[in-house]
Amino acid sequence: MPAGFTESLYVFVLAGFLGFELIKRVSPLLHTPLMSLTNALDAIVVIAAIIICGRHESNLSTILGAIAVAAAFSNMIGGFLITDRMLRMFKLSGRKKQ
Amino acid sequence: MTTLATQQLVDFAYILAIALFILSLKWLSSPATARHGVLAGEIGAAVALVTTFFNPELVEFKWIFVGLLAGVIIGIPLGLVPITAVPQRTAMSHAFGALAASLIGISEYYVQTPNITKFGMIEIAMEVIIGSLSVTGSLIAAGKLQEILPQRPIVYKGQNIVSLTVLGSAVILALVLMFNPGLTILFPIMVVVSLFFGFLLVMPIGGADMPTVISLLNSYVGLSAALLGFVLNSRVLVVAGALDGSSGFILSVIMCKAMNRSFTNVLFGAFGQLQVSTEKGKEERTVRSASPEEAAQIIGSSNSVIVVPGYGMAVAQAQHKVREMFDILTKKGIDMRFAIHPVAGRMPGHMNVLLAEADIPYDKLIDMETANSEMAQTDVALIIGANDVTNPAAKTDQGSPIYGMPIIEVDKARTTMVIKRSLNPGFAGIDNPLYYMDKTLMLFGDAKAFVGDIVRELSGGGGH
Repeated sequence: MPAGFTESLYVFVLAGFLGFELIKRVSPLLHTPLMSLTNALDAIVVIAAIIICGRHESNLSTILGAIAVAAAFSNMIGGFLITDRMLRMFKLSGRKKQ
Repeated sequence: MTTLATQQLVDFAYILAIALFILSLKWLSSPATARHGVLAGEIGAAVALVTTFFNPELVEFKWIFVGLLAGVIIGIPLGLVPITAVPQRTAMSHAFGALAASLIGISEYYVQTPNITKFGMIEIAMEVIIGSLSVTGSLIAAGKLQEILPQRPIVYKGQNIVSLTVLGSAVILALVLMFNPGLTILFPIMVVVSLFFGFLLVMPIGGADMPTVISLLNSYVGLSAALLGFVLNSRVLVVAGALDGSSGFILSVIMCKAMNRSFTNVLFGAFGQLQVSTEKGKEERTVRSASPEEAAQIIGSSNSVIVVPGYGMAVAQAQHKVREMFDILTKKGIDMRFAIHPVAGRMPGHMNVLLAEADIPYDKLIDMETANSEMAQTDVALIIGANDVTNPAAKTDQGSPIYGMPIIEVDKARTTMVIKRSLNPGFAGIDNPLYYMDKTLMLFGDAKAFVGDIVRELSGGGGH
C-alpha cells in the first residue's frame, strides 16, 4: 500500500461522517441550492487540474489538464453564482424583494 | 522561501480552505445564514486556488490560464441560467465535475504508466470508471430534463443484463490492467466502456425519477473527486469529495424514501412497466368539473388554502400567477400555504426555489408531514401540476405501482381542486382515483391560464 493511503482513508471516513451530520441539518427548503453549492465546492478539483496542467509532464497531460481546469473552474464560478442567486430569493413574510 | 516552507504554507492554506468549506455547509442549514455559507465557500476556494500557484512543481502557466479563462466564459452563463432551467443546469454541472475528475485521472495514468503500482492502478481505474459513467449519465439526465431526449422511461428486454455486462467488462479490463500494466491499449477501451455504461444506466430512467437520479449522480461525482484525492494524495480533494458525496447520498436516500422505493428499484426497475395493471378498472366513472368563476367563489369564501405544486406548474410557468393569487388571498385574510412533497418537480427542492423566485415567502412553504397534519382543517386543497404525490391509491390500492409511497393527503381537505389539462394519467402512467371523488373538482385547462382566470375573478368579484 502506498504511503499516505491510510491517512487519506482516515480523512475520508471522518469527512464522510462530518458531511452526513452537516447535510442532515440542511433545511429541505434549500436542497436545490445545497446541490449547486456542493458542486461548486467539489470543483476544488481545479487545483489538481492546475497541477497536472502546469507540471507539463507531456503534451497530453497538459491538454487534458487544461480541459479539466476549464470544466472544474466553470463549475466553481457557475455554482457559486447560481447558489447565491437562488438564496437571495428566499424571503420571510412581510419582507418584499428589493 | 525554501521548498519545504512553501509546501507547508500550501498545506496550511488548504486546511483553511477545508475549514471554510465545512462552515459553508453548516451555514446552509437555515435560509437566514445560507448566504454567509456561499461567501465562506468562495473565500475557501479562492484561498486554495491562489495558493496552488505557489506549488513549485508548476513550470508551464499558459495552458492553465487558457483553462481558467475558458472556465470563466462557460461558468458565468451557467450561473445566470433562468431558475426554471436549474435542474438541467445541475445535471450539466455534475457532468463537468465528473469530466474534470476523469480527465485528471486519465492524465495521471499516462504520467505514471508503465511504472504504475498494482494499487495505484486499481485506484485510478475505480476513479476513472466512476467519473466516466457519471459524465455520460449526467449528460443523458440533462438531455432528458431539457427535453432533448424523451422523458419517458426507455426500456427493452434484458436491459439490466446488458447494462451489468457492460459494467462488468469495465471492471474486468481494470483488473487485467492491474496485473498487466504493459497493455496500455486497454485503458482507453475501459474509459469508453464506462462512458457507455453511464449512457445505459440513465437512458431507461423516466422523468419522474429524476430527483433520485440527479442526487445519485451527485454522490458519484463526489466519490470520484474523493478517489482522485486518494490517487494524488491530496487531502483537500478527499474532504471536498467526501462532503459532496455524502450530500448526494443523503439526498438520494431522502428521495427514495419519499417514493418508497430502493436504489436498485430506481436504477433497474424503470417506472411505467406496471401501468397496464390499472387499465382493468376503467368502467364509466364521473368527474365533477368547475369553471374559474366557481373555483374563485369557493376559494374566496374559504379560510385556508393549501396549494400542492408539481412539475406541471413549472412546465406551465404558472408560479407567478400563483403569487398573484397568494397576494390577493393574503389581503383578504385567507391563509394560503404551499405543501411541498420531497419529490415534487425534477430535483430535490425544485418547487421551493421556483416559488421563492416568484416571491412567495419561505415560511409559507410547508413540508409533507405538516401539511398532512393540518389537511383535515383545511378548506381547499388546490393541486397545480402534481399528480402521483397526491394519489390516494398509494395508500389504499395494493396493486398500484406507487403503493406505499408517502403522499400529501389532499383528499382529507374539505374541497379538493385539481388543475389539469385532461384526465390523461401523469408521467408514471398511473390512474389517480382522486379525480373521481365526490369532493374533488376538476379544473380543466392550462395551469397558468386557469390560475390567471381565478385571480381575475377574485380581484374583480370580491372588492370588499
